[in-house]
Amino acid sequence: MAKWGKMKKIFLLMLFLIVSTPVCAELSIDITGAHSAPMATGLPVFTFTSPKAKDFAEKMTKVIQSDLESSGLFGVIDQLAYLQKFKGIEDAPSFVDWQAINAEALIQGHVDYLNDRQIRVSFRLWDVFAAQELYSATLEVDTNGWRRVAHMIADSIYKRITGEEGYFDTRIVYIAETGSPLNRKKRLAIMDQDGENHKFLTDGENLVLTPRFSPNMQQITYLSYYNDTPRVYLFDIETGKQQIVGDFPGMTFAPRFSPDGHKLIMSMANNGNTDIFEMNLDTRAVKQLTRSAAIETSPCYSPDGKKIVFNSDRSGAQQLYIMDADGKNVKRISFGKGRYATPVWSPRGDYIAFTKMAGGKFYIGVMFPDGKGERLVAEGYLVEAPTWSPNGRILMYFRQDAPNYRGIPGKTRIYAVDITGYNERRLITPVDASDPAWSPLLSNR
Amino acid sequence: MRRHIFAALAAVALVSGCASTTPEVEEEEEVVVSAVEVEEVEPQEEEAFVQEAKDRVFFGFDKSNLTADAVAVLKNQAEWLKANPETTVVIEGHTDDRGTRDYNLALGERRAVAVKNYLISQGVDADRIQVISYGKERPAVVGANEAAWSQNRRAVTVVKD
Repeated sequence: MAKWGKMKKIFLLMLFLIVSTPVCAELSIDITGAHSAPMATGLPVFTFTSPKAKDFAEKMTKVIQSDLESSGLFGVIDQLAYLQKFKGIEDAPSFVDWQAINAEALIQGHVDYLNDRQIRVSFRLWDVFAAQELYSATLEVDTNGWRRVAHMIADSIYKRITGEEGYFDTRIVYIAETGSPLNRKKRLAIMDQDGENHKFLTDGENLVLTPRFSPNMQQITYLSYYNDTPRVYLFDIETGKQQIVGDFPGMTFAPRFSPDGHKLIMSMANNGNTDIFEMNLDTRAVKQLTRSAAIETSPCYSPDGKKIVFNSDRSGAQQLYIMDADGKNVKRISFGKGRYATPVWSPRGDYIAFTKMAGGKFYIGVMFPDGKGERLVAEGYLVEAPTWSPNGRILMYFRQDAPNYRGIPGKTRIYAVDITGYNERRLITPVDASDPAWSPLLSNR
Repeated sequence: MRRHIFAALAAVALVSGCASTTPEVEEEEEVVVSAVEVEEVEPQEEEAFVQEAKDRVFFGFDKSNLTADAVAVLKNQAEWLKANPETTVVIEGHTDDRGTRDYNLALGERRAVAVKNYLISQGVDADRIQVISYGKERPAVVGANEAAWSQNRRAVTVVKD
């Protein structure tokens, strides 16, 4: 344990180094550059007891590897280099063999096929240089649930190594885009965090925008142009049922759930003015929170539900403001050059992510809730709509490339980037994609 | 590969077409590109409206105030609407793509309401006017330059019935 403590310390030091590496000048951040070596990890294909278990063993090992590598924190060593071949989960690692190929961590796993509907999965995480087991678990699961269990195993490994909650067992709801840029067809779609299990939720008949999960993952709130009347709706994930929210005289948009799931916060535009409203979903009572002639929109609760961050152009251009959840004590927090929009409070409470527009470009950035410590992590012709991983370490957003000189529109795609500004990567979607929203950790809901 | 080339050609056709402001051309090009849905034949009133009074006004960046040009267009729209009292209109507010989605929805609404209020001030019955904002969702043209953006920052008066 002591030695592992040391290894963990080294790892934390590594993390610290990543964080403290100067992020160049604010506007020229290297979002493609590799920064430090990922942790070398041995991950042999999980062993198995029967041909039926073999298929699961191979699939699950692949998912775990893909999860860990996508984090940028782990590098799985090529399996051809492995000197030891495990026969089962009780087979002790020959640490010198793993040290010889410079593996720092080793993941050993095994799958038993119990019956048509159940498998048993065991795994062990080893510190190779300390020759010590760090974590082990055995799970009996439904065969249909193999993919989620693989994500949960990757989450436990991530958590044991980094000390942070994982984020692999999560889903993304987003807007799938097809067709002419002049009359874009937009559909609600949902997928696992790694792009698997993709499903369209609406048929594209009505324009839909800005979906967000409820904290218990049972509902999605979004904007729909059903009947040429843009209003906030709720979509029930289980039943597919769609339901309009409230009876408002004007367009309602930019909805988000409160952290306890009992309230919705959104904007309403009416007679040329946009203010922020809260609706209690239990009583359907509506409360107006802002009352200015300015555009106040993109509201988002703090994780404790006590404050709301939003953007307003009351100063003449869009800036970020924080107020109490009842609308009192409004305070401006952004003062940098440019316009600030779409603030989103980190689930950890430590940062607010935003979209910034300056000098003809768009940026994704983070700042502390007091407005200090602004750091930009992505830039482009159009980058917009950051959403947090449940552990507050990664931001997802969409990027729309500029139309070319002939006016051919650019691609619109979802990307993720660590809040350090490193490890930017694209999510693969079947068609163009925008407005992503990251779910809470499924196993925690 | 062949499909890619076709898509690229189609997109070129689309773009060359949509720089024009005549709705007939736009419609034709849309069919070529997407074949999503063939638009219904527009009612006669709308054609007449577009020909006799221009159907759209333009705005400055992040602005919703009416320019002198816009006022001139809206005066004609108001005269036409008073001369055709059986018609109703929907004013669509639009923005360029240089803002965020939520804010642009609000800005589009501001623009549509600015037009509505002006038409009312010129004697058009408020009950005949509806507004809708599309924000940056329905550009008139595609392009990463001021010429394209300025055509997208618009409010379009669409005649119904």
